[in-house]
Amino acid sequence: MSCFVKKNIKSNRFITLCTAPAAILFVIFMVIPTLNVFRMSLFKRGAYDTTETFVGFSNFEKLLTDTAFIRSMQNTLLLIVVITIITMSLALIFAGILTREKLKGQSFFRVVFYIPNILSIVVISGIFSAIYKTEGGLLNSIINIFTNLERNILWKGEDMVMVSVIIALVWQALGYYMVMYMASMSAVPQSMYESSGLDGANRVTQFFQITIPMIWTNIRTTLTFFIISTINMAFLLVKAMTDGGPNGASDVVLLYMYDQKNNGVYGYCMAIGVVIFLLSFALSALVNKATERQTLEY
Amino acid sequence: MKKILALGLACMMVLGMFAGCAPAGDTQTTIQVAALNSAYGDEMWKAVCEAFTKQTGIQVQLTCEANLEDVISASMQGGDYPDVVHLATGREAGLTEQFINGNMLADLTDVLSMTIPGEDKKVSDKISGGFTETSMTNPYGDGKTYLAPMFYSPCGLFYNAELFKANGWTVPATWDEMWTLGDAALEKGIYLFTYPTAGYYDAFMFALIYSIGGAEFFDDVTNYKEGVWESDNAKKLFEILDKLADYTHPDTPAQANNTDFTQNQLMVMNNSALFMPNGTWIVGEMANAEASLTNDFAWGMTALPAVTEGGAGYSFCWFEQAWIPAGSKNMDAAKQFVAFLYSDTAANLFANTTKADGSKSGAIQPINGVAELLTEDQKMFYSIYDNGAKAAMGGFAAFNAIEGVDVSSTFFEPINSLVSGSITIEQYKATIIANTDLMRANKK
Repeated sequence: MSCFVKKNIKSNRFITLCTAPAAILFVIFMVIPTLNVFRMSLFKRGAYDTTETFVGFSNFEKLLTDTAFIRSMQNTLLLIVVITIITMSLALIFAGILTREKLKGQSFFRVVFYIPNILSIVVISGIFSAIYKTEGGLLNSIINIFTNLERNILWKGEDMVMVSVIIALVWQALGYYMVMYMASMSAVPQSMYESSGLDGANRVTQFFQITIPMIWTNIRTTLTFFIISTINMAFLLVKAMTDGGPNGASDVVLLYMYDQKNNGVYGYCMAIGVVIFLLSFALSALVNKATERQTLEY
Repeated sequence: MKKILALGLACMMVLGMFAGCAPAGDTQTTIQVAALNSAYGDEMWKAVCEAFTKQTGIQVQLTCEANLEDVISASMQGGDYPDVVHLATGREAGLTEQFINGNMLADLTDVLSMTIPGEDKKVSDKISGGFTETSMTNPYGDGKTYLAPMFYSPCGLFYNAELFKANGWTVPATWDEMWTLGDAALEKGIYLFTYPTAGYYDAFMFALIYSIGGAEFFDDVTNYKEGVWESDNAKKLFEILDKLADYTHPDTPAQANNTDFTQNQLMVMNNSALFMPNGTWIVGEMANAEASLTNDFAWGMTALPAVTEGGAGYSFCWFEQAWIPAGSKNMDAAKQFVAFLYSDTAANLFANTTKADGSKSGAIQPINGVAELLTEDQKMFYSIYDNGAKAAMGGFAAFNAIEGVDVSSTFFEPINSLVSGSITIEQYKATIIANTDLMRANKK
């Protein structure tokens, strides 16, 4: 055996030894639990009860007729669509303004927009609970200055609760994505704007014709991140702020899954988990496909 | 050198996985007690555990947390159970219900005939009558006790006694008087009713069911008897609930969540609403809010009004439960601990331990002779049964967990929608009928 081969085997063994712990941990804590979710979704079992009965796809069939689940799914999809559109548009616009325009206190705005992102979601829920408070809350008090409200606006009532959740979630996500876009926007060569300016393009045209196409790869990546994180963030905020109420009006699918664990139907919970898992994958794939463009280089 | 370092770090990562897996050395009996840290505070539990160790020599490892379910559930899912758990039914996480439904509780019937450590009386001689005869303690209706009754509190309608005095109003004795009072109060801009969260309707609805049709109607409802929701009694129940929803403060549902429920409680204190269903713990819970009030205020409590003239008013007797998981490894010591909870020593510590804020713990054990331990304030509430109100006790019969259906979302949560006006009483009734059909089919 040549010295080279011997060294190669030795080096391979070393690499295997060093990567094994991480690989083992990944399998134990990621792969096996994920597979277990799929397996348990086919059983009827409690969270603490170790006896399980195989029920096939019955859990999934029940999901189709469970109106509370359907409503939580509708709410989740509504949040994903509306929050994504609003947050992405606002983040792009603000990032465009802050990078392209000469504004006083630019770094101040950047910090102000970013602050919500470093706050814990429980703190955010506390802040918004004070804003949405019915009697003497910030929002109702401000509205009362301009018009005399006959009855308090119930921000956490059945009609308005989803709007309230959307506002809070947009507020907390906006800064993070704005900073991300600002980073990639500042990398777009200044010369492009100058030459297009000479050709007569105004700022709006420049934004749509130069800025957006040039940072498209970044937008695509953040979109996928955003959709998946919205599913999680919506659960955290709703759990802390309204607990899905009143009477399930602000229930989201992860919260419904959590509540069903408390109801003692663990298999059913896992079936919901499978649906969420597949939904996240499908949405990411869909977004990826729909936003496919030729990559522009500069 | 670099390689050895890399290999060493990789090994440490693997070893790190096993951190905390060391077996515990055990030379003498130690029981693990998990108790909810509620408004009564955790000081009393520490004191009771110390007293138990002093009496029996059995060591106690106490876990007393406000979010007890979160703290103990992970290890229980791994098969490691505390020996005694103090956690009531009706909580959001439904942990006790899951243990009932999964037949995972130890039978405590023999504890009732045990002699209390340090005393010569049996447990059954100490516990007040009726407390070990309801579905709250005997969930399977087989005469066996699986849950030990703890800390009882009369529930009823709480109001601002000063407001009644100032307006010359009397507390209504019947529902008809209630509606009349509601109209009179509304003229002054005060709504008749509010509730902290829809979950508070449990004690309220149980008392209402008793006052409409007595124990028979209550048993039919809580055992999901077929056709019970079409009876005249049920008709009366829905009629009152529907009317009450109209008289409820419209802001209530928007605040009926875990973050804002104190705002609803405050409405009774600042004269925006007259009555709310609650328990005696409200006094301690809202003590800090009293200082900020600009109006005269004093707590008053009444039983639910009677349905007919001269009928009986009912007050639901709410109590918590302690139980032993069937998977407990120190069953005998755990049973001794449960028996000790009914000793005079423990009852005294539960009622009179000083909390961190200087106030008394105030938890009242359901044992004979406990009246001597009550403070003046408590006497006013606990004497409700001496003043003509009848005691309602019990709860829904256990059923195997049903996908997407539970007691709270069937009976209580829709009240929020009823008050908001997004569902009608007919829709509410239809949900109840559909879900109780399933509960009956899955009843244990």
